[in-house]
Amino acid sequence: MSTRSVIPFGPQHPVLPEPIHLDLVMEDEKVVEAIPSIGFIHRGLEKLVDKKDFNEMVYVAERICGICSLGHGLGYSEAVEHIMDIDVPSRAKYLRTIWSELSRVHSHLLWLGLLADAFGFESLYMECWRLREEALDMFEASTGGRVIFSVMKVGGIRRDVSDEMLKDFYQRINKMEEQLNTIAKPFLNDMAVQTRLRGVGVLTAEQADALGCAGPFLRASGIARDIRSTGYCAYGDVDFEPIISTEGDSYARTECRIKEIFQAFDIIRQCIDKMPAGDIDVPVKGMPNGEYVMRIEQPRGEAIYYVKANGSKFIDRMRVRTPTFANLSGLVETLKGCDLADVPILVLTIDPCISCTER
Amino acid sequence: MNTEFINVNPESIIDESQKLKFAGYHLIQQCATRVPDAYELIYTFGKDLEMKHLKMTLPEDQEISSITSIYPCAFIYENEMHDLFGVQIKMINIDYEGKLYRTAIETPFK
Repeated sequence: MSTRSVIPFGPQHPVLPEPIHLDLVMEDEKVVEAIPSIGFIHRGLEKLVDKKDFNEMVYVAERICGICSLGHGLGYSEAVEHIMDIDVPSRAKYLRTIWSELSRVHSHLLWLGLLADAFGFESLYMECWRLREEALDMFEASTGGRVIFSVMKVGGIRRDVSDEMLKDFYQRINKMEEQLNTIAKPFLNDMAVQTRLRGVGVLTAEQADALGCAGPFLRASGIARDIRSTGYCAYGDVDFEPIISTEGDSYARTECRIKEIFQAFDIIRQCIDKMPAGDIDVPVKGMPNGEYVMRIEQPRGEAIYYVKANGSKFIDRMRVRTPTFANLSGLVETLKGCDLADVPILVLTIDPCISCTER
Repeated sequence: MNTEFINVNPESIIDESQKLKFAGYHLIQQCATRVPDAYELIYTFGKDLEMKHLKMTLPEDQEISSITSIYPCAFIYENEMHDLFGVQIKMINIDYEGKLYRTAIETPFK
């Protein structure tokens, strides 16, 4: 039996934009066990329910993360709206859906860039991030923000988007789609990329389900679980099928995310085509009293928002379970038996968002 | 979306979790909420797009069994409940013993 040694990975590592630590138990070059450690930047935002009222908590939720910002505001607002039995106007639901899909586009492009950088394709990395700028420009034009949007509120949304701007978005989306067709080719066809990704970090469907994984990490193992299928916002009015792959390896996760970007373009176009006229919000009367568990499909997977309210303006509890938190168990499983050189790629393939995890 | 909360006894959590495991449910999340002299725990399980929420009230000085023997991935949620709220959980498969979160004060959400 080989001698075992422990290699600390992170919290600072070139492939990690945010801090997470792994103790890698090694036998020669093979990882036999990985023990994750988080908590380096825990902020305790959930505790702010003591100081911020239920309307102000939308802003707190948005600040959980700079990439999934819109989704956090949306998930929290929807949970409170369910408790208060508020029916949000259709136009607000459609705009929420468009922004959610734009978030998916920019999050997946950001991840593709990081992946390209991790396996040494720097031009490809820059191309991905250049294309991502287009999505951020659309956010800036429609919400006024590029990172934190502050456009969500309990009862609807804060800003309307003109029909002219939506037409412009349609054209921009088409152009982005053409450019993504070019960028996607090296990810899907290049031999060097395939060598790094194919057969690396395989997670079977049974494992992914048993470990409670979420998002593209789960669907790449062949499980068609996409929370958008529940029909929240305007997802019930658009045609889409969860994108899955069956191999369960790093290549499958990349393929799923690329296909999800194309799917997001399609959903945005459908929403623009069907965009209803009318109000973007409704008056909110009274205080929330009750509890609700809302789930939405963030770019990285299923996010859970639990809200418990007591009839006053301060709620009792807001709890957010982020997809990265759910995927940590799956990550630990995929690392078992891999080569040390594959660890950075595998950590990346769950698309870790430590800012969300350390909310 | 199903938000029905099923009230259960903390002592029966292993049995209840086992039933759900055999019925094909996966663990979605575990969460603690502070109530006077106790904790309110909610364990959420899912199957396809359906959710079940087991809800229980655990007196502050009482321990609850870990469900990591049934759902190994529960370790991360149970360590979180312990570190932030001080919920006493016995037999967690990977027990960080209060070191999952590096908080300035012990059990800040208690």
